[in-house]
Amino acid sequence: MSGREGALALVAAAALVAVPLLLPGWVAFLLTLALAKSVVVLAIALLLRAGLVSFGHGMFFAAGAYTVGLLMKRVGVHEAVLLTAAGIVVAAAAAALVGLFIARYRGIFFAMLNMAISMVVYSVLLKLYWLTGGTDGIGIRTPVILGMTPDRESLRLAIYYFTLALTLPAFYVVQRFWNSALGFVLRAVRDNEVRVEYMGTSVYRSIYAAYVLSGGLAGLGGVLTGFSVGHIVPEQAYWTTSGEFVFVAVLGGPASVPGPLVGSIAFEFLKSYASKYAAFTWQMTLGAAMLVIILFMPGGLWTIYGWLARGGRRWAWSSKPSA
Amino acid sequence: MTVPIAILLDGVLYAAVLFLLAAGLTLVYGVMRILNIAHGSLYALGAYTGTALVLAYLSTGGPEPLMYLALLAGAVLAGSIVGPLVERLLLRPIYAREEVVQLLVTFSLFLILEDVMKLVWGVQPYYVAKPYAYLGTVTIAGVRYAWYQLLLIAVALATGVLVVAAIRGTRIGRMIIAVTADREISTTLGINVARLFTLAFTAGAILAALGGALVAPLIAVAPGISVEAIVLAFAVVVIGGLGSLEGAALGALIVGVTRAAAVYLLPEAELATVYLIMVAVLLFRPRGLFGELEMRRI
Repeated sequence: MSGREGALALVAAAALVAVPLLLPGWVAFLLTLALAKSVVVLAIALLLRAGLVSFGHGMFFAAGAYTVGLLMKRVGVHEAVLLTAAGIVVAAAAAALVGLFIARYRGIFFAMLNMAISMVVYSVLLKLYWLTGGTDGIGIRTPVILGMTPDRESLRLAIYYFTLALTLPAFYVVQRFWNSALGFVLRAVRDNEVRVEYMGTSVYRSIYAAYVLSGGLAGLGGVLTGFSVGHIVPEQAYWTTSGEFVFVAVLGGPASVPGPLVGSIAFEFLKSYASKYAAFTWQMTLGAAMLVIILFMPGGLWTIYGWLARGGRRWAWSSKPSA
Repeated sequence: MTVPIAILLDGVLYAAVLFLLAAGLTLVYGVMRILNIAHGSLYALGAYTGTALVLAYLSTGGPEPLMYLALLAGAVLAGSIVGPLVERLLLRPIYAREEVVQLLVTFSLFLILEDVMKLVWGVQPYYVAKPYAYLGTVTIAGVRYAWYQLLLIAVALATGVLVVAAIRGTRIGRMIIAVTADREISTTLGINVARLFTLAFTAGAILAALGGALVAPLIAVAPGISVEAIVLAFAVVVIGGLGSLEGAALGALIVGVTRAAAVYLLPEAELATVYLIMVAVLLFRPRGLFGELEMRRI
């Protein structure tokens, strides 16, 4: 991270700390949700950078959320820190198990097998009514945060800061991971995995490690989403939910660190407006936007920052009339 | 004794529909190396246009047997209009891009088509039971079965034979085999690959739409059928081996009968069993039953 980018990250973090104190409550709620989901998007982006797309990360998202729901409802654990840790561990363990099988595949097979397994998880969550409540889902009550129970007024802010306190380290961890030796192996895997093997590195193990980390992150996102929405449903494991995360990753630009965060915030705000003004054309808008980004802006929304950072030359260029 | 027979009959019926769907999906993949996530939407589109045409035809009061023609016309119309449009406008620009990008583009198309169908036909379910009721029922070994269901199985079989015969026996079919084997060398031999791609994609779209139109009299045509269809069709082609028509037929039978058995014996596990079979097949044959191992490219 260069000095300039480090400063930018600090400014962004400070802004995220200050925003809910300055803006109305519904903004804080949407931001909480965006932050929580940005962790799942980050998990998808991590794999995308290695050239792998998962249409099944909803299963780890749901694993995190259902761990919280079941521990709260059936066991009576209410401490948020404990619940979060449990959610991450369960999701990462699930990824460690699924990964044994899935790390052998690439491309279409990787995408579709993730989808297949998440659909099994979805149908199990749906059908085990006695445990998961089926389509009704599970309501999540107010958690206890570090021994303190937030009262009604401070609940929203408490959950926001709890989410923020876990989201920012998650981004830091991924950034460190990406710049580690393993991260560089993954970049190389995307380009040519046979050559990586020739150099004496196991592609399988590298992808496996990234997959487990990615699953744990998606679990964390599920936990945080559960806290902020207060209700969890089997649809979290449905493949279109996973597709939405992939969409947001592409929207934000998977190659950049802040991409998932930018994409996630843009997406949650767009979605809340679209459900009001364009309920029937929402998916269509998503699809069209994704096409435009894939075909014309492969770096995602974050590309705009690049254009601005380069003194707006791209803007000048693109606004020039084509002679 | 009735339950095993009912499972078998229902299983073969599911298999017939799944085969039409999966044959299109696997054909498109074999020729173009693109897995079309929007394939289920083409199936739904066929169901909607078929239903709409039959309802429109019946309201004119023409002779009833001709409604089957209207059903087929709906499927062919939907596939042959949407197919070339999608191939030319959306897929052609991305043939050189990565697999991941191609998946995302067809996923976008899926999202768009879902809403387009909702805008055109609304969210209320459509029912068109006339083609189903008109033929009456038959009793096979103590199980009452509709003639229409038998007709559907026969049409699927005939379509399968026709497609295989067309690919093996005609000039264009042989060109398709050549392109599937090696795109570049086919081009040097003077095959117009671009035109063949349009043709293959359109054929795939018509097959999907045909599956949808034929099944429409048996189900409630409503939003959501495309998702259900694509999720099962994927399982079928992955079990059978992507790009293989024989694989699609065998996969459809396996998935169809398994699903029927689960519906009768263990309804909670309907979807799960299908996918568990798929995972089991892949553990032992990573490219599916009829799939070929790809050479590693340096």
